Amino acid sequence: MKYTKEHEWLRVEGDLVVVGITEHAASQLGDVVFVELPEPETMVAEGDEVCVIESVKAASDILAPLDGEIVAVNSKLVDAPALVNEDPTGAAWFFKMKIDDLSVLDAFMDEDEYADLIG
Amino acid sequence: MTDHKRLALHDLHLSLGGKMVPFAGYEMPVQYPAGVMAEHLHTRAAAGLFDVSHMGQVILRPKGSMAELCHAFEAMMPVDVLGLAEGRQRYGLLTNEQAGILDDLMFANRGDHLFVVVNAACKAADVAHMQAHLGAVAEVQHITDRALFALQGPLAEAALAPLVPAVIEMRFMDVAVFDTVFGPMWVSRSGYTGEDGFEISVPEAGAEGLARALLATDGVMPIGLGARDSLRLEAGLCLYGHDIDTGTTPVEAGLTWAIQKSRRTGGARAGGFPGAERILRELADGPERLRVGLRPEGRAPMREGTALFDPDGTPLGEVTSGGFGPSVGAPIAMGYVASSHAAPGTRLEGEVRGKRLPVTVVPLPFHPTTYKR
Repeated sequence: MKYTKEHEWLRVEGDLVVVGITEHAASQLGDVVFVELPEPETMVAEGDEVCVIESVKAASDILAPLDGEIVAVNSKLVDAPALVNEDPTGAAWFFKMKIDDLSVLDAFMDEDEYADLIG
Repeated sequence: MTDHKRLALHDLHLSLGGKMVPFAGYEMPVQYPAGVMAEHLHTRAAAGLFDVSHMGQVILRPKGSMAELCHAFEAMMPVDVLGLAEGRQRYGLLTNEQAGILDDLMFANRGDHLFVVVNAACKAADVAHMQAHLGAVAEVQHITDRALFALQGPLAEAALAPLVPAVIEMRFMDVAVFDTVFGPMWVSRSGYTGEDGFEISVPEAGAEGLARALLATDGVMPIGLGARDSLRLEAGLCLYGHDIDTGTTPVEAGLTWAIQKSRRTGGARAGGFPGAERILRELADGPERLRVGLRPEGRAPMREGTALFDPDGTPLGEVTSGGFGPSVGAPIAMGYVASSHAAPGTRLEGEVRGKRLPVTVVPLPFHPTTYKR
């Protein structure tokens, strides 16, 4: 598993990258009550705002961690946003991306580096 | 948060895992480890203890008669002060000459004086305002050596009664003073959640003992400002600085229930308060806009500042408080709309992230109140 500075996790599944938010991010957000997902088959650029998460406290965005195409979204989160707090690194994945070159993932933090980031 | 004052029980909040945030000049617990949702639902199901010591506590002690003080206080608010019986509390609104709201408050008749609780962010201005208008007839005493707690929820009475048995005799909006091991306790049966419960003023020296005794009781959990906000929103109660301020009148805010007949046109002491001309006119003719309850149809919360439109695109107003209602299980909001569109059932649109989403005007409160009448 790889991590971004925006507290997303990235997991390779075949030729796709699965994206979600970390347990730390979910706990900082508090109880998630609303999730808005992108349309599948959308081309995105790194840094694009692709999802909206609203907790009881505030709204925040999930940014595309990479250039590529969103090929699948987890529509379960729309009806059960609380999954984000219950299982952030498992059942609560947000979307799957197809990217040109999986080797770009090497530049992201590994688990130890991410643990250092969140202290 | 170096500029912010600390509550007397700051260390207790930290030891309970409270997450402290700046609010109205204080470091306040916004939530505890249970989180906003669980704290909210717990308060509705059992009992929650809130430290609201940031709020202003003021005693108005008459230099002459109570009647003279009450008359003078009536010149500051469109509210019946003289008619409030001893041992009772009432909601009040300080208005300005433009009929805007300077603050909302609770005042109690305690026999030989009035006890007033005002909003934290307004307290310095309120005390100065009261000193200017009441100083000739009363000592305006800002009480700064007492903590203030709210104990709210269906188990509030069961939690407080072992410490102060006489509270079971109190009903909604009663006030009383009790001698306790924690010091003289000033209790009102009221709150800001829509639930039965109490607000308790206690000397700072006894505050930790009282808080620990209540928290040791079955069913009592510490509750932060986050859940306090969602509880009051579900109860349809205004938050000063958001739903009401100097730019809103009591009539626009739907607070006409707080303006007793005696202060209205034809009443025994009609008018004579700041903004009377506009307030009495709005009571007679209706205001141009009204505060309403709003239910977004989807799951997306409509937060403060969300612009509201009628379905053909005409701007109508905006949301002043909005979020997710844990007991309602859906997003809820309050806001101001043109009076022509304020009837329950009216379908409007709110603009969220550039998209116009359907929202319906609904009656307040969102969650039924359970006061002990």
